[in-house]
Amino acid sequence: MDLVLSILLGVVVAATPLAFAAIGELVTERSGVLNLGVEGMMIIGAIAAFAATYGTGSYIIGSLAGALAGAAMGALFGVLTLSLMSNQVATGLALTLFGLGLSALIGQSYSGVSLPRFPQVHIPILTDIPFVGPLLFGQDGLVYLSIALVAGVSWFLASTRAGLILRAAGENHDAAHAIGYPVIGIRYLAVMFGGACAGLGGAYLSLVQTPLWVENMSAGRGWIALALVVFASWKPTRVLGGAYLFGGVAILQLHSQALGLRVDPQILSMLPYLATIVVLVVISRDRMTMTLNAPACLGRAFHASS
Amino acid sequence: MFKLVPRREPNAPMLYATPFIAVALTLIAGFGLFTILGKDPVQAMGLIFIKPLASYNSLAELLVKGAPLILIGVGLSIGFRAGVWNIGAEGQFTIGAICGGSVALGFYPGGGFWLLPLMALAGALGGMAWAAIPALLRTKFHANEILVSLMLTYVATLLLGFLVHGALRDPDGFNFPESRLFQDDALLPKLLPGSRANIGFLVALFAAAAAYVYLERLMLGFQARVLGQAPRAARFAGYSERRIVWSSFMISGGLAGLAGLFEAAGPVGQLVPSLPVGYGFTAIIVAFLGRLHPVGVVFAGMLMALTYIGGETAQIEMSLPSATTGVFQGMLLFFLLASDVLVNFRIVRAGKPLAPASAPAAARLTPAA
Repeated sequence: MDLVLSILLGVVVAATPLAFAAIGELVTERSGVLNLGVEGMMIIGAIAAFAATYGTGSYIIGSLAGALAGAAMGALFGVLTLSLMSNQVATGLALTLFGLGLSALIGQSYSGVSLPRFPQVHIPILTDIPFVGPLLFGQDGLVYLSIALVAGVSWFLASTRAGLILRAAGENHDAAHAIGYPVIGIRYLAVMFGGACAGLGGAYLSLVQTPLWVENMSAGRGWIALALVVFASWKPTRVLGGAYLFGGVAILQLHSQALGLRVDPQILSMLPYLATIVVLVVISRDRMTMTLNAPACLGRAFHASS
Repeated sequence: MFKLVPRREPNAPMLYATPFIAVALTLIAGFGLFTILGKDPVQAMGLIFIKPLASYNSLAELLVKGAPLILIGVGLSIGFRAGVWNIGAEGQFTIGAICGGSVALGFYPGGGFWLLPLMALAGALGGMAWAAIPALLRTKFHANEILVSLMLTYVATLLLGFLVHGALRDPDGFNFPESRLFQDDALLPKLLPGSRANIGFLVALFAAAAAYVYLERLMLGFQARVLGQAPRAARFAGYSERRIVWSSFMISGGLAGLAGLFEAAGPVGQLVPSLPVGYGFTAIIVAFLGRLHPVGVVFAGMLMALTYIGGETAQIEMSLPSATTGVFQGMLLFFLLASDVLVNFRIVRAGKPLAPASAPAAARLTPAA
């Protein structure tokens, strides 16, 4: 029972950064923008959160700093792709390369520093229930925030007027523009929201998952988050399910020995990446459903000619 | 305020001017960056961009670092022209080094004149095999090649670590996770005496020339360019997207694999877990900076090699962090992509009426506005 509990707790820790990054990218993509720079925004969020928490001692300020730094990176992406109409694929790659370099540069003075344990929620009686208590009522605040965020995005996209306008910009930007909606402005907000979420995901990595700063610590999670959005067919609630599924795969290597698996750890570490490929293949196989689910204007630049 | 008016066709002078604009802007931003870091910007810039050009040894190093960047960049630029995004060159590089290196280790300590060509073949085939996975998954199952090729990069790095910890570990190496040092017959001949520069650079130049012929003179290269610029036209003309995707991946994967083998059989001389140092990713910048043109890629590769070597010099002499190079490269790509707006758009002051020639066209396109 203890093993099962620790595995499940591990899944939550592994899934939360993915959930943050993927739900942000989902909003970005629903507005019609493909931002491949999730990895770069995540790692910048990680170092910003770490530095701010180390400097102020406050995890709240740290998490906010991570979100703000991610949003700033998102805004940078927006300036390039939305205002200057650069190629979205290339710019996303540039954002990742730049983010990895800049985070390593800033992080140099923080290597070897560690933070105290991230505070966890403790509700008397509820958290003390065996097994279910720590799982449901004893997580850290960011876990609950990630779930609330997914629920919020789900409600926003499906049931609010603003969400409908955002989806319109992603499905048919010319029509949205003709009706009078500011397509570029909507996309700026969506990209910055995506950046803030990726930044929070990065903050979770450097504050909770390993409370240390390690160069390149995002280790491809931003890219996995991108695959998760495809996996989820651009539907918010499925993002959460996908994130927990991937969290489960990722945690397998930590517990492989306890589970009696005799496989080399390096081979096991390949699992999340291989799983991503398998999932992509399974989801993309049917081209028709993919085309129907993906926002019609995804990745297409918009320029209102006067 | 200013606003952008689309050009009817890309402006050719701007196409060639933007890389220089981007480099100039990067230099200015670099000045600011060093000032913020509290380092003397003039000294740092001199160390990075001028000093490597002033000694025999660092000029030779320029060829060592330029060779893989050019080899990979040339291959990637062919794919990028066709809208085929192979982002996993780093993984194909690693697998090429594993395959070619395994050949050397398999014949250890034997060898002969035939060993290096065999290793090069194994390296290129390894890279092609690794690139075949995203190509197959894209053509058969429409899986996004960006994500698949990138995921495979992580797998390749882990595979290299796994092999040098186990099957390929040096039996006399005190359990260090490294392979044996390659035998002499498995090492690339030197290009310049007394330095690390090897014939890999000549191969890179040859690859650039071959890519030029491929893109400008061969049908498949032409089809690749059409697919990238006008996918619908390519479809109507009956060009096979499948063939173009496959050929793009095979060329870029093979060249990346070859570059990986040259790294193992050249400056490194063995298989080590730290073999992939990011050339596969930097080559993406090289391809764009070189305007996806083989000749441009050669110059861009040399410039990027300069930032690597200059970055190392600055690291030693001014204790600048090694990540500075990455920041510079990222900024360069940003500025390049940003200045590309000048190629496709004209900047006009808002309020000023449009030039009469373009006004009817604009009006016809968007009657609602």
